[in-house]
Amino acid sequence: MAKVLVVTSGKGGVGKTTTTAAIGAALAKAGKKVVVVDFDVGLRNLDLVMGAERRVVYDLVNVIQGDAKLPQALIRDKHLDTLSLLPASQTRDKDALTPEGVARVVAELRERFDWVICDSPAGIERGAQLAMRHADVALVVTNPEVSSVRDSDRIIGLLDSKTERVERGERVEKHLLLTRYDSSRANSGEMLKTEDVLEILSIPLIGIIPESQEVLRASNIGTPVTLSNPDSAPARAYTDAARRLCGEDVPMTVPGERRGFMQRLFGRRVA
Amino acid sequence: MKLFEFFFPKRASAPVARERLQIVLAHERALNGRSGDLVRELQEEILAVIAKHMKIDRQMVQIQAKQNESLSTLEIDIQLPAPAGAAAGAAH
Repeated sequence: MAKVLVVTSGKGGVGKTTTTAAIGAALAKAGKKVVVVDFDVGLRNLDLVMGAERRVVYDLVNVIQGDAKLPQALIRDKHLDTLSLLPASQTRDKDALTPEGVARVVAELRERFDWVICDSPAGIERGAQLAMRHADVALVVTNPEVSSVRDSDRIIGLLDSKTERVERGERVEKHLLLTRYDSSRANSGEMLKTEDVLEILSIPLIGIIPESQEVLRASNIGTPVTLSNPDSAPARAYTDAARRLCGEDVPMTVPGERRGFMQRLFGRRVA
Repeated sequence: MKLFEFFFPKRASAPVARERLQIVLAHERALNGRSGDLVRELQEEILAVIAKHMKIDRQMVQIQAKQNESLSTLEIDIQLPAPAGAAAGAAH
C-alpha cells in the first residue's frame, strides 16, 4: 500500500526541501519506489536541491491542467532509479493548483510508487493545505527556536482538521523532525532541548538532525545529503528517521560530530 | 572570548523561550488552534437550538474560550432579539 507523506512546517527556511530530498533518497536507497513532489508552485526549489533543474520539461501544473501526462513530467534521479521527482511550476502561482487536480495526480502517484513525498510550501494558506490534503503521514519539520515551534503548532492544528483522512474520521500520523539541532548549545541552556519541544508540541519524535555544514554542501552540489555523504552526521540521522518511518525500531540518538575539550575552549570555526 | 565564556557561561535563555512558548500557545490554541473547531461547533449547535424556538441572527451568539494557567473559561454571550415593541434583552 502506497503512503503519502507530507513534509511541512508552517515556517519557511527550517529544512522542508532538504528533508524531502534526504528522506526520499534514503527510502529509495532502501529499495522503495519513491516520488518527491514539489508543491511550492512559483518558488520551486526541490529540483535544484535534487540536482535536476536542467532536466525539467513539464511540471505538476502542466499535469493538472492536462498539458502533459504524468510520466512525461516525472524526472528519474541520476543516482537512484527508484527515485523520481515531480517538479513544481516556476512561472505560475499557487492558484494554478486545483483541489480536484491534486487529488487526481496524488491518486495516480499512489499506484506507481510506495512513497509519495509532498514538499509543502511555507505558510498555512492554500498551497500548504493542498500539500497536506491527502497525507497519511506528516513530518513536521521544526527548528529548536520559538518562531518555528509556534508555527509547527499551527500546522499540527491544520493536520488535525484540514486533511482528507481527518474528514473521513481517521487520523494522520504526525511525527516531529527536529532539524538544525546543536546538542552542546541545548545542553548549556542556549537552545531549546528536544524534550522541551516535544513537551510543547506533544507529537512523537522521528529524528533529530544535527546542525551541519554537510547540509549546505549537499544543496550546493545538488545531491540529497543522504547520498552526497552517507557517513556524515545529518545523513545518518536522516537515514535513521527514514527507517523509523518504515516501522523499524531504531534507537534515538543525535549522531554527533564530536567536539573535544580543546575545540570547545577555542572554538571550532574561524569565521 | 571563548575561554571567558567557557568559565563564565551566559545565563541560559532556553528556559525563557520554553516558558514564553507555553504561554503563547495555550492562548492561541484556545483561539484558533486545536480547540478552534470545538468553539465553532458549539456556536453552530447553540444557534440551531435557539433557532428552533425563536428567530435569531447569527451575529447574536458569541463564544469565546479562554485559558489561563489555573482555569479555563467558556464564555457564551447570547443576545436575544427584541420582542415586538419592547427593548432588547440579553442573557449571559
